[in-house]
Amino acid sequence: MSSRTRIALSALVAGAALAVLTAFATTAPAPVVAAKPGAAGTTAPAVPAATGEKKESISTADHSKFKELQKEFKSGPEVTKACLTCHTEAAKQIQKTQHWTWEFLNPDTKQTLGKKHIINNFCTAVESNQKFCTACHIGYGWEDQKFDFTKQENVDCLVCHESTGTYRKIPGLSGHPPYKDMEFPPHTGKIVKAPDLAKVAQSVGKTSRANCGACHFYGGGGDAVKHGDLDSTLKNPGKYLDIHMDKKGLNFTCGTCHMTAGHKVPGSRYAPTAADIKDAAPHLRGKMVTTNPATCQACHGAKPHPAKMARLNDHTSKLACQTCHIPEYARGQPTKMSWDWSTAGKLTPEGKPFKVQGSDGHDAYDSKKGNFTWESHVIPEYIWFNGKVDYTLSDTKLDPTKVVQINRFEGSPNDGKSLIWPVKVFHGQQPYDTVNKTLIVPHTFGADDSAYWTNFDWDKSLAEGMKVAGIPYSGQYGFVKTEMSWPITHMVAPKADALSCAQCHSKNGRLKGVQGIYMPGRDSNKMLDIFGWGIALLALIGVLIHGGIRIITRKHEG
Amino acid sequence: MTTERIHVFKRFERFWHWSQAALIIFMMVSGFEVHGAYKLLGFKSAVELHTIAAWSLITLWVFAVFWHFTTGEWKQYIPTMEKVDAMFKYYLTGIFTHVPHPFRQTTLTKHNPLQRLAYLFFMLVISPVIWFSGWFYLFYADWSAWGVDKYLSLEWVAFFHTTGAFMILIFFIAHIYLATAGHTPLAHIKAMITGWEEV
Repeated sequence: MSSRTRIALSALVAGAALAVLTAFATTAPAPVVAAKPGAAGTTAPAVPAATGEKKESISTADHSKFKELQKEFKSGPEVTKACLTCHTEAAKQIQKTQHWTWEFLNPDTKQTLGKKHIINNFCTAVESNQKFCTACHIGYGWEDQKFDFTKQENVDCLVCHESTGTYRKIPGLSGHPPYKDMEFPPHTGKIVKAPDLAKVAQSVGKTSRANCGACHFYGGGGDAVKHGDLDSTLKNPGKYLDIHMDKKGLNFTCGTCHMTAGHKVPGSRYAPTAADIKDAAPHLRGKMVTTNPATCQACHGAKPHPAKMARLNDHTSKLACQTCHIPEYARGQPTKMSWDWSTAGKLTPEGKPFKVQGSDGHDAYDSKKGNFTWESHVIPEYIWFNGKVDYTLSDTKLDPTKVVQINRFEGSPNDGKSLIWPVKVFHGQQPYDTVNKTLIVPHTFGADDSAYWTNFDWDKSLAEGMKVAGIPYSGQYGFVKTEMSWPITHMVAPKADALSCAQCHSKNGRLKGVQGIYMPGRDSNKMLDIFGWGIALLALIGVLIHGGIRIITRKHEG
Repeated sequence: MTTERIHVFKRFERFWHWSQAALIIFMMVSGFEVHGAYKLLGFKSAVELHTIAAWSLITLWVFAVFWHFTTGEWKQYIPTMEKVDAMFKYYLTGIFTHVPHPFRQTTLTKHNPLQRLAYLFFMLVISPVIWFSGWFYLFYADWSAWGVDKYLSLEWVAFFHTTGAFMILIFFIAHIYLATAGHTPLAHIKAMITGWEEV
């Protein structure tokens, strides 16, 4: 090889290397810049357009061709009126549902539940904060107790049916989307664009994962905060995260399991179906069924494992499917594990609220809310659960010396109705009335001088919240430790990731603390073990001595 | 004392003995792992292999029972108290002072009186305990279909199964040791392999 060709070659190689490097340099930062949905915190974020190649629609109606929708809409209710010209019964259907009323009467415990009534240990309560919270209400204009729940155009059709991903309800607007561009969250310089309502209206179709997720992935004030098994990673999940929703696989929507008819969405965590083990194939076509279609058993039956793994079917009378098949929660991103309101209100020397980021990039402190912890790949806690949940409501007397159970999951190994369930237990510390011994509804959001997030004064905030909610308040408050349980039921893993036998069948396995069952490998009768091994040891010592004497006596002979 | 060779263990009997020995040893190893005593095969494999070994042993026993009845060999296990005291005395003292064995094997009485009692105990007490409890353990899922779920708990089924297992372990220790108590330490063992015993 001549020196000239060598030089030419090395120039070529160097050039190619440079080209590759440049290519990387220009493409690499892109994902960092890419907007992270829900990173804004307490928002009901934009629904992204369906990704991937567009499938041919199987619908018989193309809403973009409907003249009712080919006009300029000034507000959400105007769009709803247009929807109702054809879908005459839709609003009436919606108005009967929990999605609309935020009320649920538990037929079992007779407790009146629902977002409207319960006090949780996340953002605590809706009352007096409607303008903010109702960003996740499927309606328009619920800003205080005067909201008209019967007005049909108050129903928000778009949030559940639009598919552009541009329609976004902002906290503070009482359930409306912004009708002109606005900065949100305030003072961040981020602009939320007002959606083109005509385009949004023309895009409607069946409810997608992103539609449900617009609220349900962001419960508790941000992405992945509340459930641990529902967050924005389910918009386009891979097989690892969710075997049923796998974008390249079964590609289920939420409604595939939560089989909705007449806008009634089955499956409720206020009255969950804990044990659904009676029938082999309950939801066979043509069969009249009234049972919950959203359970695993509704499709898989009570003995879902094939014959060669028949022993696994022996477990279905004691274990919820979820216990083995959802080995961890928060498998897509971290979920919030605790929230301590008692530390809220620290301000900068200039009197401004601030946030502190934890090592994982999530907020560890927020002046408005207090301290948080986050965890991912969390091993659930396991409890006997029969579907009955007992809430600590605003009038329930609590014992401040103990951790208050916001919602107590009932169950026992002997009631014949319970299975062992995985749960997320969320730990909180929140205000309570030290005289009346009740939880408190704080007034957090608003431009008035009592809203905590504006003025950081608990006395004013709590008095106002309780006044609006109509609950007696002594004026004395403290902070009490609370716990809230969440059944883990979404993000079912592929079977290869299900728990293996020894993860429970061992001395320090997952079900270590679960009483009322005998588990080989975990349990044994201690007395029997002492006697058994003891006598076997004595027998061994006995024969060794006997044999020893035989050897000695033989030697003497020799 | 003259010695003579007799053929005490037929071919099937030897096959039965050694395959049963292998299965029982394996079932002890896997069974005590399922019980949580140690980790060796892994819980899942231990359960699966223990089950396979159980079915193999059941099959083997079906053949063994058939063989014993068709050959009349079952009579070898009819208990007798005759010379039992002599046997005890021999194991306690005589074996050390090399007095002659109080029992003389023949093809019709190949087990000494203590053996007869021990094997009968094995068959009438240990086996039923281990097999019945094991059967219910194995078919745990069918208890409600059989209508026995009201009377059984896995805790007690496991208790009896483990009790049976400990009895087998203790039997096994004594059995192995006494196998060395022939006229030479390996005499009985050789006989169990070749079928021929010097008497």
